[in-house]
Amino acid sequence: MPKQMIKNYAPAFISAIILAAFAILGSSLVGFSYESTHEQILQNQRETLRRQINDVFPEAQHDNIVIDDVVSIKDDELGDDEVKVYRATLKQTPTGLIYSPVTADGYSGDILLTIAINENNQVTGVRVLQHKETPGLGDKIETRRSDWIKSFDGTSLTSPRSEKWAVKRDGGDFDQFTGATITPRAVVKAVKNTLQYHQLNKEKLHTMEPDS
Amino acid sequence: MSGIDYKAITLDGLWRNNQALVALLGLCPLLAVTNTLINGLGLGIATTLVLLLSNVSVSIIRNWVRTEIRLPVFVLIIASFVTAVELTMNAYFHGLYTVLGIFIPLIVTNCAIIGRAEAFASRNPVMASAVDALAMGIGFTAALVVLGALREFIGQGTLFDGAHLMFGESALNWTMHFGDNHEGILLAILPPGAFLGLGFLIAIKNVIDQRLPKKPAVKVTEAPATES
Repeated sequence: MPKQMIKNYAPAFISAIILAAFAILGSSLVGFSYESTHEQILQNQRETLRRQINDVFPEAQHDNIVIDDVVSIKDDELGDDEVKVYRATLKQTPTGLIYSPVTADGYSGDILLTIAINENNQVTGVRVLQHKETPGLGDKIETRRSDWIKSFDGTSLTSPRSEKWAVKRDGGDFDQFTGATITPRAVVKAVKNTLQYHQLNKEKLHTMEPDS
Repeated sequence: MSGIDYKAITLDGLWRNNQALVALLGLCPLLAVTNTLINGLGLGIATTLVLLLSNVSVSIIRNWVRTEIRLPVFVLIIASFVTAVELTMNAYFHGLYTVLGIFIPLIVTNCAIIGRAEAFASRNPVMASAVDALAMGIGFTAALVVLGALREFIGQGTLFDGAHLMFGESALNWTMHFGDNHEGILLAILPPGAFLGLGFLIAIKNVIDQRLPKKPAVKVTEAPATES
């Protein structure tokens, strides 16, 4: 009997309508907050990126908007993931490249790096953007914990010599931390690999079509 | 409604039924972010805000929503507010967001929030629910802050580290350093330190409760005041 059926199912329909109404209300709220914060969030992300790049590459050596001049590359030397490279120029002449490689050789999880190298194949700065290394041991790669990461400033593949690109325990020139060798070893290796890649490929990178 | 005992609601939230120390709810964010005082405070404030919004909305709609679908509706409300709070934090407190980022969405799974919606807001008028949310939220925040301060002090030898993420550049020099021992006791910063710290806080609370003069058995305000 249809009438009886309607009576039986009516509560379920009402429930469904109420639930749907709340789903619409909820999504509207989320949509509204997204719309009203989207611009600001994008701006924050750009500002953060700009500050990170200014940290590793001298502002006097570029006059372009570095964060907008970016190419994506993929190379075994730089890890498994696609690496973004920001290109710095001064009066249209290339002055340096800022790489953002990820190394998986750390103690736990990926280490996200920013490595800036100038046209003389010299490192101008390295920073760790994100990592999951042990607090108190491996986290000395952060600038807020120690200045270790700044020991890369001014280095190149000839200074120190190639075989000295290792932590001291491995016979190299770079300090390790008490209780943590794996983390600095991974960072040293990543910087060295990026330098090697840079030396061979910088001309190519500077002429590539930028990502849109 | 004249029978609402605001004093009891407040006291429940802040102390007697403290969501972190008595109900032991929301342990995932509680243990994960309390490695510094500021992190604890940031997550506490975000949680309180979500709790207030969700309690008030649940209380407003408590007579319209059928019991069999109330839980999905509560979850919808809480998830929407959390997303809104997350986006707002990302936009206006970006520094703090980068630190607490992954824990903000986890507020959705904080049982304290749906717990208050179900146990209190769905049975009580708006004003009482708002007071309940604020009291519970502040109680939770206080536990986060104390645990964060404890772990930061022991593990890192500082207090208010990272205050500028929340209060702007002028707070950069708020950080207090104690002694030259920058190494600190690592255990306090690592996850086990969170469990140990929480255990000590609960123990301290219990000791205080035992020392307090015994009062006649307190009525728990969670009993339905106005069944709908």
